[in-house]
Amino acid sequence: MTDRSDDEELWAAIAEPGRRRLLDILLSGGPATATALAADLPFTRQAVAKHLAVLERAGLVEGHRHGREVRYAVRPERLDVAARAMAAVAARWDSRLQAIKRLAESIHRAANQP
Amino acid sequence: MTVIEREILIEAPRHVVWQVLTDPAQISQWFSDDARIDLRPGGAGTFVFGPRVNQLDGPIPVDLVVQAAEPPERFAFRWAHPAGSEARVDNSLLVEFTLTAEGEHTRLRLVESGYDQVDWSPQVREDTINDHAKGWDTHLTTLTAYAPQRSASS
Repeated sequence: MTDRSDDEELWAAIAEPGRRRLLDILLSGGPATATALAADLPFTRQAVAKHLAVLERAGLVEGHRHGREVRYAVRPERLDVAARAMAAVAARWDSRLQAIKRLAESIHRAANQP
Repeated sequence: MTVIEREILIEAPRHVVWQVLTDPAQISQWFSDDARIDLRPGGAGTFVFGPRVNQLDGPIPVDLVVQAAEPPERFAFRWAHPAGSEARVDNSLLVEFTLTAEGEHTRLRLVESGYDQVDWSPQVREDTINDHAKGWDTHLTTLTAYAPQRSASS
């Protein structure tokens, strides 16, 4: 898998609010089965299982067989990648705001020259 | 994690900052290469990125819809919705600029939100989701290439 399609899969996985709620619950409550997660969310067990499959393909969660069911846990290192991607978006806004500041201040200085 | 909030103090009055934010000739200095904006609520617009940053594909137009245009206090728009679709709460990002006077200076606040609201019904096929993510990724990549270059040269 190339880095690019890897990133796309990650973005698609975290871009969906339901999946982010799943991640939140797994982060705060620790590893859980699809059945347990469905009890905490307004989703059917089947919908939870589909979301978990997307998250697992993106590498955000990892499933381990536990008796008759699979328990899912967050892979924090992948979540860091997602957080860093978000931080990169924020950093772009920082540089745009710096540019806005420089532009406005130079226009203002030019207008006030004697 | 999913709302971007920033503030910056600018040593210029609000009407100057407003001009930088909304005048296409100024927008080309800090954001897209070209811009067209109908500056009123509901007004349509386009940011055009490239071709310099994207020589393979030519210019990339990105649509926006003005949500608020209240000079010199508030400018807001929605963008990043799929091309050809109407911008809605659940398929776009909301960018809000608020300008507050501090003496003769301006405190500029930016909030970009919508990362949480962007929603797809469970019936949406996965390839649709992937297509959307792809488009978004493309324009974010374009923006990344663009922003540092511009701010360094201004």
